[in-house]
Amino acid sequence: MNKQRIVVVGNGMVGHKFIDTLITDESVDYEIITFSEESRLAYDRVQLSGFFSGKTADDLALTDATYYQENGINFVLNDKVVTLDTKNNQVVTNSGRIEPYDKLVLATGSFPFVPPIAGNDKEHCHVYRTIDDLEDITASGKSSKVGVVVGGGLLGLEAANALVNLGLETHVVEFAPRLMAVQLDDGGGQLLRRKIEALGVQVHTEKATTEIVDGENCRYRMNFADGSFLETDTIVFSAGIRPQDELARQFDLKIGERGGIAINDQCQTNVENVYAIGECALWDNKIFGLVAPGYQMAKVAAAHIKGESLTFTGADMSTKLKLLGIDVASIGEVHGQTPGAQSYTYHDEIEQVYKRLIVSEDGTKIVGAVLVGNAEAYGTLLQLLLNDMTLPENPAVLILPSTGDEQAAGFGVEALPETATICSCFDVSKGDLTSAVAAGCCTMGDLKEQTKASTGCGGCSALTKQVLDSELASLGFEVNNDLCEHFAYSRQELTDIIRVKKITSFDQLLENYGSGLGCEICKPTAGSILASYWNEYVLEDNHIELQDSNDLYLGNIQKNGTYSVVPRIAGGEITPDKLIVLGEVAKEFDLYTKITGGQRIDLFGAQLHELPVIWQQLIDAGFETGHAYGKSLRTVKSCVGNTWCRFGVDDSMTLALNLENRYKGLRSPHKIKFAVSGCTRECAEAQSKDIGLISTENGWNMYVCGNGGMRPRHGDLFASGLDEQTLIKYIDRFLMFYVRTADRLQRTSVWMENMEGGLDYLREVVIEDKLNLADELEQEMENNIENYQCEWKTTLQNPEKLKRFKHFINSDDTDNQLAFELEREQRIPAQQTIKVVELTA
Amino acid sequence: MSQWFNICKSEDLAPNSGICAQFESQQVAIFFCQRNQDLYAVSNFDPIAQANVISRGIIGSTQGETYVASPLYKQRFNLKTGVCLDLPEHVLKTYAVRIEAEHVQLQSIG
Ligand code: SRM
Ligand SMILES: Cc1cc2nc3c(=O)[nH]c(=O)nc-3n(C[C@H](O)[C@H](O)[C@H](O)COP(=O)(O)OP(=O)(O)OC[C@H]3O[C@@H](n4cnc5c(N)ncnc54)[C@H](O)[C@@H]3O)c2cc1C
Ligand code: SF4
Ligand code: FES
Repeated sequence: MNKQRIVVVGNGMVGHKFIDTLITDESVDYEIITFSEESRLAYDRVQLSGFFSGKTADDLALTDATYYQENGINFVLNDKVVTLDTKNNQVVTNSGRIEPYDKLVLATGSFPFVPPIAGNDKEHCHVYRTIDDLEDITASGKSSKVGVVVGGGLLGLEAANALVNLGLETHVVEFAPRLMAVQLDDGGGQLLRRKIEALGVQVHTEKATTEIVDGENCRYRMNFADGSFLETDTIVFSAGIRPQDELARQFDLKIGERGGIAINDQCQTNVENVYAIGECALWDNKIFGLVAPGYQMAKVAAAHIKGESLTFTGADMSTKLKLLGIDVASIGEVHGQTPGAQSYTYHDEIEQVYKRLIVSEDGTKIVGAVLVGNAEAYGTLLQLLLNDMTLPENPAVLILPSTGDEQAAGFGVEALPETATICSCFDVSKGDLTSAVAAGCCTMGDLKEQTKASTGCGGCSALTKQVLDSELASLGFEVNNDLCEHFAYSRQELTDIIRVKKITSFDQLLENYGSGLGCEICKPTAGSILASYWNEYVLEDNHIELQDSNDLYLGNIQKNGTYSVVPRIAGGEITPDKLIVLGEVAKEFDLYTKITGGQRIDLFGAQLHELPVIWQQLIDAGFETGHAYGKSLRTVKSCVGNTWCRFGVDDSMTLALNLENRYKGLRSPHKIKFAVSGCTRECAEAQSKDIGLISTENGWNMYVCGNGGMRPRHGDLFASGLDEQTLIKYIDRFLMFYVRTADRLQRTSVWMENMEGGLDYLREVVIEDKLNLADELEQEMENNIENYQCEWKTTLQNPEKLKRFKHFINSDDTDNQLAFELEREQRIPAQQTIKVVELTA
Repeated sequence: MSQWFNICKSEDLAPNSGICAQFESQQVAIFFCQRNQDLYAVSNFDPIAQANVISRGIIGSTQGETYVASPLYKQRFNLKTGVCLDLPEHVLKTYAVRIEAEHVQLQSIG
């Protein structure tokens, strides 16, 4: 029997979801072909604006050619379906391709409505729907100073944000008397306007544009019905969307009065074997301009084709978003259409927060809500609505500012039924989350990966986290500290075992304390502990298998498999001669060169076989490895201090150099960063480092456990007025105690926060020597310092080790698939392009 | 009949880690797991990271299956079947490999 042929018109978010639903069901096998008018396969339109904050088309992609090919999905890009022949069950495309189908799925989405204004087709008039549109807007922005968005709805404000990001003087022109008229009430709309204007965006309401003509000071002039006008260089229309039902209109499909392809509860149109899903579909006389209902339709249509039963029952249109950094949310019905409804309003003009809660006549159920300026209550309110839950006795607490008492609101995630939808983007219920937790997910990361919850718009992330925490707590979770399936010990326990039992190899450790072959978690951990205690050369034969690629090749692996070269430039101080050598080496090997955030120079793009040659030249010139690849001391950032600076109190430069040279090469649970500032102006940003030192009239102030990165934390003042000798003693003890007791990949900040007794306890151990460990810790540090070696120097002296630095064991060829291109006169990895696959007819 | 070809000496193998060989214009990652004396050969191209780096990954085991974790984004691939444990839609090509007279050999597919 021939496979059923399914033709999917449109490869947008919903079309792709439909295909993906069929692919992931292994029990069915169809021949699927999809057509897209766009030049790309499906991408995340919801995150479209991320394009302006640095996301690339690749980042937004929801799928790629390889995935489709591997799953036998045929696809044609840049080809629009123009004819629908439902008599002969076939479609015809713009390029003349005729494609028969057994089932036809229309997922054509919608198109932006451009009001019929004379001049709306000028060169710098745009819409905001596709990546191509955004590229056009960016191009236009380059030659513009002023930009106008026509339409003050949700998408219009996103577009305004984009213009602001492009550096344009930005205006929003709205026909209605307020912004976001669909989602907000009067109070909410007014506050939003005030906030947006405070950001420099000018809002013009009740303006109807009549024509766009040439301007005097700018490219164009927009004339309004009330006689006023506005000059601008570029215009973005965002005046609503219309279902893309062109095909249905021209042929014999039923459409709604105001457009949209009519469907039933199974997403079928009135013509047999033809379905419509997503924004082009009209259900119960409603169009859903959101992705979640579209995804639901995709599942329903796929189920119907497979012969399963699933029905589409409508969807909630509540939304929460951040516009120009302002939190805005709208839930349920907010325009007073529910008879007898009453409301609570909280309006803080100082903090600029507006919240309105609308409740049923008897005050027991929520009808709707508007939140502007602070949308924390969104998750809770939405759940109350979706689950038709009874409100707490005094509903006002739901929108009053938190008093710090968590229970005040009388609502916790525990109260939610298992069926409650937590993530509407991916249709994840509380039950889905709790069973994932029960099955072993105990971090947000696990949970996201397993359930996809909070990987879409992100609106549900706080709630997802609450469910996670409450589940972990109710399972009486004792967090399992086992390092991995091979060792039933925590990192700290393994450290003790290695130290006390004097274990020097992974084999010994695995044989006596572990099982299996080890893995990418326990091996590098063991490698790091072994190196911290015995400080042997990391590429010793029996340590090789323990090293992450970075340690293995003594460089950081880059996205294309090449490595970076980072020599140590202690304290950021470098002689002109050394600078010249760096320049010469970079030039010879065509390495991309950049000053790092750690006050040194990184050379990117070295291939395996080049690494030893490059390092030989660097070492000959007096450089050492910078350990940028290791979990070890990175940099000691410095300021020039009293050697040059007119305010400098002490010699921060010399101290920084001494410290970097003292602790270089120290292997630790995570990387360690220092900084030293010569006075309290703090130019070296010492308070954001694991160890930060600031000079004062009375001596050095020592800060600990500061951190930049994903979760920044200011360091805590640990001790003040120290002389250099005491300072170094404290640092020795502090670092060694950290190396001994911290978990794998735990920075000092998290280590301290999780320590019982926290900072005070740390002071007791390090300063007062409560555990009577100080001598031992200092001794261990001494050994470490004595055994320091530049790993690159050792490697270069050992021809055996150099054999590893070849791409092929059996040839001198190099990786022939590496491709580069030039950017700003330097070599970078070639950006990948999507291949278009030719179809076999 | 398919033929076996010498690739390198068995002493060139890196115990408990990988090397990369050129074979019939393909890049092949060969792993020698000393603990169970197994030899594996898979494609060197990481389909997720889109780079030729698999030979530089760490060998590990889970539930008795031996795998390699890609050095770039750490997805794990079963060394026997090539199937990615984390995203099973990705599969590495596998090659027949053996040691014969102190030489590592790969079998021609043609
Ligand atoms: C090169 C550099 C960026 C630059 O172009 O300037 C950089 C590049 C990388 N950083 Fe960084 N970081 C660099 C300065 C920083 C800084 C700024 C600083 O040190 O003052 C920070 C914030 C400060 C901090 O760490 O507290 C920083 C916070 C991170 C983090 C987040 C750490 C955290 O605790 O949250 C990571 C991820 C990690 O380590 O797990 C990271 C990881 C990385 C890695 C290693 C990611 C990777 O695995 O490929 C990057 C590779 C470096 C390479 O290929 O050579 N990098 N990174 C900077 C190198 C400094 C140096 O000379 O060694
Ligand atoms: C800037 C922006 C922000 C948004 N933010 C959110 C948000 O925060 N939350 C939310 O839920 N939703 C949001 N949306 C809406 C969301 O993107 C849509 O609901 C979703 O993309 C609809 O999916 P779809 O597949 O129905 O349509 P689309 O994603 O538009 O896909 C339809 C595809 O079909 C193609 N096509 C049309 N006709 C044909 C033809 N005849 N032949 C071939 N191809 C054709 C089109 O070119 C298009 O690629 C946002 C939209 C935009 C533009
Ligand atoms: S911290 Fe700033 S002001 Fe103080 S010595 Fe350093 S550079 Fe000078
Ligand atoms: S609701 Fe959008 S990611 Fe969960």
